[in-house]
Amino acid sequence: MTPDAWTIATVLPLIWAAIAAAGVFMYVLMDGFDLGVGILFPWARTEEDRDLMMNSVAPIWDGNETWLVLGGVILLAVFPGAFSIILPALYLPLTFMVMALIFRGVAFEFRFKAHSSKGLWTVAFSGGSLFATFFQGVVLGTFVQGFPTSGGHYAGGSFHWVTPFSLMTGVALVLGYGLLGAGWLVMKTEGPLQAWARGATIRLLLGVLFFMAVVSLWVPFLDQTIAERWFTWPNIAYFAPVPILVAVFAWRLWLSLQRGSDYGPFLYTMALFVLGYTGLAISLWPKVVPPDLTIWDVAAPASSQLFLLIGVAFLIPLILVYTTYAYWVFRGKVRAGEGYDH
Amino acid sequence: MDLDPVLLSRFQFAFVVAFHFLFPAFTIGIASWLAVLEGLYLKTKRAEYRTLYKFWIKIFAVSFGVGVVTGIVMTYQFGTNWSGLTRAGGSILGPLLGYEVVTAFFLEAGFLGIMLFGWDKVPRIVHFGATAAVAVGTVISAFWILSANSFLHTPAGYEVADGALVPADWLAIVFSPSFPVRFFHTVAAAYLTTSFVIAGVSAWFLLRGRSVLESRQAFSMALWLITVLAPVQIFIGDQAGLEVRQNQPAKLAAIEAHWETSGDVPLILFAWPDQGGEKNDFVLEVPHLGSLILTHSWGGTVQGLKEFPATDRPPVAIVFWAFRVMVGLGFLMLGAALLSLWLRGVGRLYDSRWFHRFMLAMLPSGFVAVIAGWFTTEIGRQPWAVYGILRTADAVSPVSGGSVLLSLILFVLIYVILLGSAVYYIVKLVRIGPEAPEADREEVLKTPARPLSLPDESLEAGE
Repeated sequence: MTPDAWTIATVLPLIWAAIAAAGVFMYVLMDGFDLGVGILFPWARTEEDRDLMMNSVAPIWDGNETWLVLGGVILLAVFPGAFSIILPALYLPLTFMVMALIFRGVAFEFRFKAHSSKGLWTVAFSGGSLFATFFQGVVLGTFVQGFPTSGGHYAGGSFHWVTPFSLMTGVALVLGYGLLGAGWLVMKTEGPLQAWARGATIRLLLGVLFFMAVVSLWVPFLDQTIAERWFTWPNIAYFAPVPILVAVFAWRLWLSLQRGSDYGPFLYTMALFVLGYTGLAISLWPKVVPPDLTIWDVAAPASSQLFLLIGVAFLIPLILVYTTYAYWVFRGKVRAGEGYDH
Repeated sequence: MDLDPVLLSRFQFAFVVAFHFLFPAFTIGIASWLAVLEGLYLKTKRAEYRTLYKFWIKIFAVSFGVGVVTGIVMTYQFGTNWSGLTRAGGSILGPLLGYEVVTAFFLEAGFLGIMLFGWDKVPRIVHFGATAAVAVGTVISAFWILSANSFLHTPAGYEVADGALVPADWLAIVFSPSFPVRFFHTVAAAYLTTSFVIAGVSAWFLLRGRSVLESRQAFSMALWLITVLAPVQIFIGDQAGLEVRQNQPAKLAAIEAHWETSGDVPLILFAWPDQGGEKNDFVLEVPHLGSLILTHSWGGTVQGLKEFPATDRPPVAIVFWAFRVMVGLGFLMLGAALLSLWLRGVGRLYDSRWFHRFMLAMLPSGFVAVIAGWFTTEIGRQPWAVYGILRTADAVSPVSGGSVLLSLILFVLIYVILLGSAVYYIVKLVRIGPEAPEADREEVLKTPARPLSLPDESLEAGE
């Protein structure tokens, strides 16, 4: 359903949908690049490069991953009806995702303490990053395709999530996070490692553009309402800037690589993610359990939404301030043997 | 094959939460310990505080990392396995957990990087601020998670609408009747757990005559905290008992294995509770003492398990025994506190090898007590997910038993690897000690691509 009138009870879910979407997007960008660094690990040229790559994200990965917890908890607090359908439906891929995140998370501490077993934690870090990303992509694809429900309960099987589309989005997200990771490394490193990251950026950019095209062509066929949303007048005019801007930013990214820019590749990759995310939001709005349930169908009582909103309104800006400070402390190029007490 | 998703989900939840709990139980205390050490170093500039800080932060880093990743699992367990609970209680539990994320998790994660990697990058006072922020964050986190958990035990401030719990009074929800005492009990338990680890590790160094100056300092500080907290914890525990008697009488009856309601109950020291037969075998008991402890009066009435339908009783034996393990360890901790006071009095604290061996043996006591206490309170809540409102059997997700079995097996495998690795690296760190021998340092410098992680030592080298 969509509301007939704007009251506090119908506006609150709207505010929360915006906060949740922003929080999840923060997660995608921030954990995206540090997972991407792990995805690129197997192709690194040397062990020294792997140490540098890991060090470039070691002080900040934990904060990045906290946005994932925030996203899950907002869904629980504000849209408990959606949380209680989506999580059981995604039981196996979510379980595999958190298990992969376990391996890559502890690898930060264990790999740096290991000597003879260092190789094992290298595998744990790259494998954990790869599988966590792949299953996130599968979760995304399953979400876009929708969930069978009856009476507010999940009504599908254990393997509903295994579809050609969701497996494709899994692979697509691996390339996407890989591109973010490569852009991050171009920004944070120098010399041969940076040159290698530039090469990786070009290859991954081509892959990401390919998958963006595939998703864009495939999604309208998943659901009639999505096709109508994009391809009817005047929507087609409103939304046309999305694909056009994708082409513009991809071209700018290419140019920034040619010019040897440090910041361009990462910034333009983030811009591509903004556009991809916007495209999905246009397709799905206002569904939180596609294809049937909207944010208003599954929202918590207004009292719950208000209670948490007060805290979030004050604390998220504060969190952004000290998170920015933490990034600023570790700004600049990461170098071997730097910044640690001996 | 018919797999019961309720039972399997309960096993899985008990396993992943108990495993996770080991790490915050330790890191809450160790974060505060680090903040105290760094504060003392800033104030006095004495090198031993710095040395101790640099030593314990490595152990903290390993433990905190495992705590973070196993904590992320917990967020998702609620939905993947207990969607009946999140559907009925999500609009109450969700905001409490939401506050935990925005007041605690971000604070800890945001300043952890500066704490672990920023010693030479920020001014000393900022670094101390980062350590303090992480320490405060761990306690705030305990506040919210215990608030949410206490609501499951003593729900308050809610109304029921369309089969779901909706919030009516947030103050009553956050400070539900069992919350204050459970919060203090848990935080004191965390500080005690850490104190026994610090005292045990220091005792090990003293026994070996290594890093004597630092180890004496740490040994003494940890024992002072134990001396204060062990008796305080017994007092808080007693208060918790009074609270349980009032709010969850069936749990109290299970803890004491009392089947009949009576006005003059003995304290059962040992028994083998027989759930089906509604009786105890092999009983060893002290007359009158039960009433005195549980009601603080001779002849105070204690409700028995038979007052509750068999379907509303928790499993008695495991609750009864877990409670006795916890209390037994609590009194052993009090013994350690009293011994340390006496040894201080006679000036023998640092050269009584038998006491150092005792404190080494007590090193894991806090972990065991915390898990035993957790089993007591959580299994004692059964068969309810939300006490008196939602049964555990109705809280489970519509998932297949096969899926839960698969995830349970994988979690067990992964957590065994995780615990093994964490213990392995922590033991290696302890062996290297606060002051690494020169040979180790040279070995480290020779190692190509010296990694930039927190510990300065490549662990397998130089062992």
